[in-house]
Amino acid sequence: MYFPLKRGLLRKKEADIKAVDGVNFRIKKGETLGLVGESGSGKTTTGKCILRLHKPTEGKITFNGKEIASLRERDMKPLRPGMSMIFQDPYSSLDPRQKAGAIVGEPLIIHRLVRNRKEYRDRVEELFRLVNLDPRMIDRVPHEFSGGQRQRVGIARALAGEPSLLICDEPVSALDVSIQAQVINLLKDLREKMKGLSYLFIAHDLSVVRHISHRIAVMYLGRIVEVLDQDTLYDNPLHPYTRALLSAVPVPDPFIEEKRERIALKGEIPSVLNSPSGCSFHPRCPLAKRECRQKPPDMRLVGKDHEVACHLV
Amino acid sequence: MTTLLKVNNLKTHFFTHTGVVKAVDGVSFHIDESEIVAVVGESGCGKSVSQLSIMQLVSTPPGKIVDGTVEFEGRDILRLDPKGKEMRGIRGGKISMIFQEPMTSLNPLLTIHRQLTEAMEVHLDLDRSQIHDRAIELLDMVGISDTDKRIHDYPHQFSGGMRQRIMIAMALSCNPRIIIADEPTTALDVTTQAQLLELMSDLVSKFKASLIIVTHNLGIVARYARRIYVMYAGRVIESGTAKEIFGSPKHPYTRGLLNCVPRLDTKDETRLVPIAGSIPNLVNMKPNCAFYSRCQHRVEECKREYWPVLRHITGLHHVSCHAC
Repeated sequence: MYFPLKRGLLRKKEADIKAVDGVNFRIKKGETLGLVGESGSGKTTTGKCILRLHKPTEGKITFNGKEIASLRERDMKPLRPGMSMIFQDPYSSLDPRQKAGAIVGEPLIIHRLVRNRKEYRDRVEELFRLVNLDPRMIDRVPHEFSGGQRQRVGIARALAGEPSLLICDEPVSALDVSIQAQVINLLKDLREKMKGLSYLFIAHDLSVVRHISHRIAVMYLGRIVEVLDQDTLYDNPLHPYTRALLSAVPVPDPFIEEKRERIALKGEIPSVLNSPSGCSFHPRCPLAKRECRQKPPDMRLVGKDHEVACHLV
Repeated sequence: MTTLLKVNNLKTHFFTHTGVVKAVDGVSFHIDESEIVAVVGESGCGKSVSQLSIMQLVSTPPGKIVDGTVEFEGRDILRLDPKGKEMRGIRGGKISMIFQEPMTSLNPLLTIHRQLTEAMEVHLDLDRSQIHDRAIELLDMVGISDTDKRIHDYPHQFSGGMRQRIMIAMALSCNPRIIIADEPTTALDVTTQAQLLELMSDLVSKFKASLIIVTHNLGIVARYARRIYVMYAGRVIESGTAKEIFGSPKHPYTRGLLNCVPRLDTKDETRLVPIAGSIPNLVNMKPNCAFYSRCQHRVEECKREYWPVLRHITGLHHVSCHAC
């Protein structure tokens, strides 16, 4: 996905912002794929491209066997109930003037998923119960809910169209720790209850991502640098960036922390506008060689379900 | 080690039209010289207000420090006039603060140079060129490159992590004895978070200052803090060394906090145990244990009796609970 960078009086296009640049992955039915990376690595843009909130510049997105990247908006609409999104901030992602019931029920009306008022009411109540909210709260407005409850209203809305893919964009990072667990457990339960529901779980907190995901894709500057499963992430991460990310995550135990080795990354993630040559991670990589500065590494299969893009692996 | 700052029975209440909010209700803690201490709790537990009270930065009205003492350098600094010369000398001089949001705590209209030198002009007896040199030196120390040029930039020209580095430089600028860091890394990426914490703990030992980290993240505390205070609903409910708290947490709330976060070093098969219910509304609280309604281990006493006092267990470990 490239965004045009426009400057000056005539808004002339000066360059492409390569927010997502040649990303490949697949999510199986019923699978949860975690997408991690620092802010600015293109995680959210990837999610929005899949939902076709952005039209990708190039590439294919196949959803339930159908190519959707190039579909017109009109042809996209019937597919929309099948995929939806949960947002990060439960305070700004709900309309403060709408009642919770109306927020949750809106997709039902837009996509004509119910035939009459009674069916509508029943379905909204069912959705409330599905996310462990009391259906009597239907007539409340968002400010009457706590942060965790709001996030559950957002999840109920996302489930209204019975989607097969749910894109969760940092769904717990704005919540208090004691509430985070409720939402994570709910997402895990929903996955059990609604067979075949897949998640793309976007977050920067590796411990949360590892907890909920079957496989994890690590993104850096618009590219995926490593894809691996939940256990390999902890036991055998290969890309230097994945290792650095892991070592930066604190473990709440001073006895373990004393022994842990920390790989300090130099500097910060560069802007995608002046993305470094070769492997885009090389200026921060503790192991970088000359090769890394010259040509970008390709994604290679190194083990079962384990792919990595690094010259040195 | 000698005690540098001692907070005793601090009570900060807010008098609102719906009732009295006891945001801080009898909090006592201390910090020794060259020590790193953490104050941990969820949002609304009074951790920030307790720190703001030390600096007399609670806005009055509606807030008021109704009781307690803060001993610093042999006197009670709560008795000083909040607008007086002595308190101004402490605030930003001897005790400085780093706030959570580096986006909102820097003035977007002033250059970094202006903001970094302002405190030094007030607190230090140096001339302009000395102050300028010191500002450059501080920026170098917190890891900003090209300081000669960048010091004349505006906050929007820096990333979030860089802005927080500037905040750290500002906090260190007047050789403080104590730095209070209120959620210093919450809005930042994990890698930046690790860099900044490492930087802060290095600099604090270099400057021989003490550091109070206020946070909701138990993880970051484990590595850096020597002692921990866990707060809930305006009170300290458990305190002790990091090893005591993490090794054998006693209070059901502390244990709950530890069990509800996924850990990188454990398998996912273990289901997270959320703490039931949510944080109580602090308006017109009942006098018994505020954790009562969420507690799994409550006994009859907890409902009947007053809030339990902090009781000594072993070493430095204290807990406030009837049931454990």
